[in-house]
Order: sequence, then structure tokens, then C-alpha cells
Amino acid sequence: MKEIINLPVHSIEEEEYHINMGPQHPSTHGVLRLVVTLQGETVKKVQPHCGYIHRGIEKMCEKDTYQQIIHLTDRMDYLSAHINNHAVCLLVEGALEVEVPERVKYIRTIIDELNRIASHQLWWCSFGMDLGGLTCFFYGLRDREHILDIFEESFGSRLLHSYYTPGGLMQDIHPNFQKRTKDFIKYFRKKIKDYDRILSGNVIFENRSQGIGVMSKELAINYGVTGPSGRASGWACDIRKKYPYGVYDKVDFKEILRTDGDTYARYMVRMDEMRESMKIIEQLIDNIPEGDYTAKMKPIIKLPAGEYYQRVESARGELGIYCISDGNKTPLRMKFRTPSFVNLGVLDKISRDMKIADLVAIGASLDLVIPDIDR
Amino acid sequence: MNSIYTYFADIFHGLKSLLIGMSVTGRYFFSPGQIVTQQYPENRKTLKMFDRFKGDLMMPHDANNQHRCTGCGICETNCPNGSIEVISDRIELPDGKKKRIIDKHIYHLSMCTFCGLCVKTCPSDALAWDQTFEHAVFDRSKLTKILNKPGSSIIKDIE
Amino acid sequence: MAFNIYDFTSFNQSIDELLYEWLPPFWAMIVEMTIIGLVFLLAYAIVGLLLVYAERKVCAFMQNRIGPNRVGPYGIFQTIADFIKLLMKELVYIKDSDKLLFNIAPFIVIIASFMAIAAIPFAKGLHAIDFDIGIMYVVAVSSLGVVGILLAGWSSNNKYSLIGAMRSGAQIISYELSVGLSLLTIVVLAGTMQFSQVVELQSTGWFIFKGHIPAVIAFIVFLIASTAETNRGPFDLAEAESELTAGFHTEYSGIKFAFFFLAEYMNMFIVASIAATVFLGGWMPFHISGLEGFNHVMDFIPPLIWYIGKTAFIIWLMMLFKWTFPRLRIDQLLNLEWKYLLPINLVNILIMAFIVLMGWHF
Repeated sequence: MKEIINLPVHSIEEEEYHINMGPQHPSTHGVLRLVVTLQGETVKKVQPHCGYIHRGIEKMCEKDTYQQIIHLTDRMDYLSAHINNHAVCLLVEGALEVEVPERVKYIRTIIDELNRIASHQLWWCSFGMDLGGLTCFFYGLRDREHILDIFEESFGSRLLHSYYTPGGLMQDIHPNFQKRTKDFIKYFRKKIKDYDRILSGNVIFENRSQGIGVMSKELAINYGVTGPSGRASGWACDIRKKYPYGVYDKVDFKEILRTDGDTYARYMVRMDEMRESMKIIEQLIDNIPEGDYTAKMKPIIKLPAGEYYQRVESARGELGIYCISDGNKTPLRMKFRTPSFVNLGVLDKISRDMKIADLVAIGASLDLVIPDIDR
Repeated sequence: MNSIYTYFADIFHGLKSLLIGMSVTGRYFFSPGQIVTQQYPENRKTLKMFDRFKGDLMMPHDANNQHRCTGCGICETNCPNGSIEVISDRIELPDGKKKRIIDKHIYHLSMCTFCGLCVKTCPSDALAWDQTFEHAVFDRSKLTKILNKPGSSIIKDIE
Repeated sequence: MAFNIYDFTSFNQSIDELLYEWLPPFWAMIVEMTIIGLVFLLAYAIVGLLLVYAERKVCAFMQNRIGPNRVGPYGIFQTIADFIKLLMKELVYIKDSDKLLFNIAPFIVIIASFMAIAAIPFAKGLHAIDFDIGIMYVVAVSSLGVVGILLAGWSSNNKYSLIGAMRSGAQIISYELSVGLSLLTIVVLAGTMQFSQVVELQSTGWFIFKGHIPAVIAFIVFLIASTAETNRGPFDLAEAESELTAGFHTEYSGIKFAFFFLAEYMNMFIVASIAATVFLGGWMPFHISGLEGFNHVMDFIPPLIWYIGKTAFIIWLMMLFKWTFPRLRIDQLLNLEWKYLLPINLVNILIMAFIVLMGWHF
């Protein structure tokens, strides 16, 4: 407590008191500690303390070869594991100027979008649960099981796959992959209407989320809040449109933008993004070209000495990987610019003068995954 | 007048959205055919995992108790966190040449991250994934397995 | 002893006469009251256990899963197992808490719900007390529960429990107005506050059909207000406040916590039975005036079954509320009461009085 009272920025006034939303908490989605200064029921300041799940991933990357880094970046933001791996593969392939087959690009894009839908489904179910609608949790997980079944059939595991590898894929997709994906899209188009009926259109939900935690466009740009949270404030920051990778430049999809910047806008952006992802998959799933599932790579990959940066659009925002190589088979330094770490910085600013119950809703709408913050 | 209209419009809009929400859960209440939970462990006999499911690492042995591992140690080099230890022996062949055979292929299930690099980089395709998933034990030493079975030897002409 | 399942008055009278025959009048009265108390205690405990089991099964079916199915066939002994577990827990004594109030608080809540359930008719003649101000008595007595909650929060010596208890107290006191006023609407229609009279008057049709528009509005308002009264459903922020505190019963463990838990489910049962009695006809079967054959068929089903069916339907509705909707914030809750429910209630009473005066009801 002493170090909090001696902070120079915000002085404690008469009736304020501190609450610790500790590392173990049902609503913080992981081990994040928030020290909240309250006056009555109004939030005056939020101080996040992260680092409870720091595993030293960046340091471990310095001793691993580039194929072995895949199994570490899987575990950073485990809900969009494939997208993290995609970033590493693109970095290596770009540095070595290797051209991957078209088939690989199509498959990677489809799997990325499936992963995005799965991540948003999990976000929806925990958002509903935080606000008190406990059935939403089960509906979201029930639908996510279908995507996990698709993944399990092709890659062998449900959450952490290590499927992409620099140069292509570890193995070819299962013959059932296309049929299962098409069945899933038909199934999910019906179920997403249920999501709207049970949560989006609900008057209680609208009252709890409209006007809460407003983030203006200037605030989003200043703090670097990318992803759906930034797009809800009107900042067009979709990496898939600005710096396309994979086959995103050949697909027709909309970038969802809203201007309100409150919790409701962040919610609606993610719901619409799920629909856009389904549209992307529908355009690609029938046209996967035949070919190899990997390009010819040397068994030991050595990047030429220099600095490389690669950015992708993960489900939470822009994931950037900055790599310094000195010509060896392991990188000299690997730095990850993770979206959750940057989005956490804006939590204090937008929850000033909100009630304590709104803090939970704001935290849930920013979609923070704590291992992404701590790496 | 406008405020009275918005007052009642708010009430009706609110009630309608609540009724729509209740209809969704009510519909699921009356359809037990949509229950998705499985009755494990009673359904163990009919439970079949997918072919590619990564349950456990194993070394396939054929009918004559022969495997394909040459003891080269490439899997040990490629494993990111040291879950594989390969102990090999040097034997002397009848024609005087020295050959390397596998003595023990130790696999630590407790440390494995299931990345699949060992399976992919093995030059003789000696490793494969098993589909068992019930790994819970009371004693951690049981999670360290020796993959080549006792008394097994290598299939001819793998080199 | 004539045990007629359709009419319990003769059964009660025969037991009464038997007791007065064997014992002197003072002791007969004591024995009678003990018997009634024991019967209610047993019914209370059994209904409480059943309701907890029913809630878990109902919410499981709504969530596409099965619910308890391992403890006993279809999981019917699950609640008993939970109850035994709670009994075996250590009763934690809080330092610096007010010992007397801390121990009394759960009992006050239970006593309040007991007193309310005594006035409700379960079938014709199955009645503990039959006041002629029955409805007002029930509303008055159920407000005693607030005292228990406030005492629990205050005596815990924990500032978070206090905040939770104050919020809960404010919520219950506000919503009592709506409960009372919506019941008053039906009193205007019926002309009497006595419960048995209220049920008898519905023999030609339930009040929700007789007093058409205002009765339906009063029913909806009563449902919403009574869900808030019992701290359930979308109004449960005082106890499911996982953000801040666990509410007023944070410091209670073991059997005392079980009391609060049970009292919440019994309150739900009481509120559902009041709604079933006043709006849906209590134990009166569904009659349509004019169709004599239909009425005869409906009369064949015993009134106790009608009563249980109607109460179960309203309890199912309240469970549907809880498991579908997100929670309201405290200021939105109070907003709903003072700006929406109360004015609607007052206007509704006026409309009902006008309709009764002009004779425009069925």
C-alpha cells in the first residue's frame, strides 16, 4: 500500500479507498491485478499490475531456431495461436525472400480466419458471463467446439497447434477439412442470430454498454489501440487492408468501422467481424489450388544479419515482431509488440468516472488476454 | 408529448427485447435433443479420437518387434526443450565396421509441448503420434517413458 | 376421518375434534400448533431441497447440458449431499463482530418467510391462518426479511459486506412499493383481502382474465418487482457481485450460509405462490363460464395439483429470467423502480378502479 500512496501522479483525497481486484478474479480473464481507487462507487484511478504469468518467451526465443520459435509464439496469445505463428513464418520467409506456394497462402488465410472466429466466440461468451448472463458462456463454447473439431482433425490438437512452419505447413490438411468448414459456416450463420437475440438486442445489455468507456479517435491513435477496439473509435487500422499478406488482397471484405467508441461499439465491431470472417472463408474454401504444402527450405535456417519487422492482424489488434539477426541460426533479439499489452494502457484513461460495475464491462470489451500482456 | 411517446416506446422496445431473449432460452429448454455433453467415462468404449490426434509420442513396432530408429539423435537436437534423450551404443559388425544402434530413447511426457518437430524431422520416420489421452498418474516418474521396447531391433536397410 | 382430496376442511375439522376430545383445551391447542409447525417445517425443508435441485436442472437444460446426474438416479440426492457438506463446514467466528446480531440475522430471514407462507391457501381448507386482511399481512410480514439482511451486513465488521447489505436493503425497500401496489390492483378488483375469498371469487375465471388489461399489467409488474424483492435474477448484484464483494453473506459459513441460501429459494416459492393465488386462481381449476362439461373435466384434477402446477410455472419463469438476462447496475435498478414501475402502477390502479366502477370486467 505504501508505494501506491506515494505515487506523484494522483494524490489521495479524503473519501477515497483502494480495492484490489486481485490476480485471482472471475472477471479479469487471467492473472491481472488491478488496484482500483474508488470514491464511493466511482472509479478514480486504475493501476494494472501485470507480470504474474511472465515466462520469458522473448529470452527463450534467443536460444531457439526459427522452427522452434513457433511452439513459443503459440503460447503468447493462445486464442489466436495460428495468427501469431503466421507472423513468425512471414518474417522468416520475407527475410530469406522465399516464395511459398499459393496453396499454402490460401490455407493459412482460411485457418487464420477460423481462428479469429474462435477467438471472438470465446470473447463473446466471457463478455456475457461478466455481465451476468451466464447462459451465453455455454452457447459460445458449444459453437466453438465445432471449430476445435476441425482443427483437431487436421492438426491433432485443439488449442496450441504449431502447424505453420517457416516455408509452409507441417503437413497437408485432412481431406475432410473443406467439408467440415463449409458445414460449420452453415451452422454458425444460424447460431449467430441467437447471439444477437440473447445479448445484443437486450435492453439491459444496451443500458449497460452504451456510453460506457468512451474512447475518442485521438485517444485511440495516441495510445496505439489497434484491432477491433480501435476500429470502434473510428480509426481504420486493419493490417489486412493496409499491408495485406496471405491472400487478403484477393478477397472482398469490409473493414468494420464505428465512430461511437463506447463498449457497445466495440461489441458490435467484433460481432460484425465474425460475419466478415465467414464471408472471407466462403470465398476461399472452394478455390484452394493444388500444389505443395511447403516450399523447399534448408533444415537449418539462418537469416542474413539485419533487422526485420513483420506485422499481422491478430484477433486483438496489431501483432508486431521485431527481430535482430546476426547471421546465426538463432535470433539475437526477438521483440513482440503484443496488442493486449498496448490496449491495457488505455484502460485507466477510459474508466475514469465510471462505476465499478462498468469497469468490468470495459475490461471485457477491450478483450485482454493476459499471457499476451506478460509474454 | 414527445417525451411521453419516447417513454412508452422505451418500455415496449425493452419488453420486446426481453421476450425475444427468453424465447431463445425457452426453446433450448424444451429441446433435449440439443444437449451436447458427453457422458465420459461411460462412453469410453465408443469414444474414438481423430487419426491425427497428438496424444502421446510412440515408436511404432511391427509384428517382429522391430522399429525404425537408428539412434541418430536428430530428434534430440530439434526438440526445443529437451524432452528427448537418445542414448546410443556403438557395436561392431561382423565385417569390422562400427555401427551405431539405439540403446534407449527416453521421452519425457511431463516436459513435452507437442510441437511435432521430432516426428517431422526424423529421417527414418521412426516416431509417430499415439491417440491415448488419459495421462494422469500419481507419480511423476511414470511420465518418463522409454520408447523402444525391450528386445527390439531395427528393421533392415534403413540407412 | 373423511380424507377428501378435493376439500380438506372436513379432514381438518375431524382432527380438531379428535384432539379436543382427548386433551384439555389448552393442551389440545398447543398440540395442534405443534403439529402445524412441524408439518410446515417439513414441507419447507423438502420444498427447499426440491427447488435447489430444480434450479440446477432447469438451468442445465437451458444451457444444452444435463445437470447433476451422478448422485442418485437423475441426481436427485445432489442437494442432500450439498447440505451434508455445508453442515460439516467449520463455523468461522469473526473477531470484533457483534455476536448476537451476527447469529440472529439468518434466523430473522427464515422467520419472515415462514410467517408469510402460513397465510397462503394450498388447497380448499388447507390453510394455516385465514386472516381477513390476508394480502396486507403477507406484504407486511415479508418486509421483515430486510431487517435480517441489514443486520447480517452490519454485524459482519466488513466494509464490503456493509456496502452489499446497504445496496440490497435499498433495492428491497424500493421494490416493496411496487409489490404492494400491484397486489392492491387485484384487491380493488376482488373487493376483499382475505385469501380464501380471493380464490373463491375466481371460480368463474381467473383474475388475470377477468380484469383484462390492468390485471395483465399488474401481473407483469408484480413478476418484475418480486424478482427484485428476492434478490434474484437480473437484480442479483448484491450477492453475485463478483467484482467487489460476495454480498452481505460473505462472512457466513456452514449452516448459517445454508439458511440464507434456503431462505432465498423459499422466498421465491412464496412470491410465486402469491402470484399464482392472486392472479392465476390459486387452487381453483381453469373454468370457462358456459362450458359445463369442460369445467367438470377440469374439476377432476385435485386442487393441490393445480396449485403446484401454477406455482411451478411461475418459478420456471423466474428461473428463465435469471439465466437469460445480464445484470442491472444499482442505479439502473433504482431507476427502473422509481421512474417506470411506480408510475405505471399508480396509473394502473386508477384504470382498474375505473373499470370496476363501470363494470367493464368479466
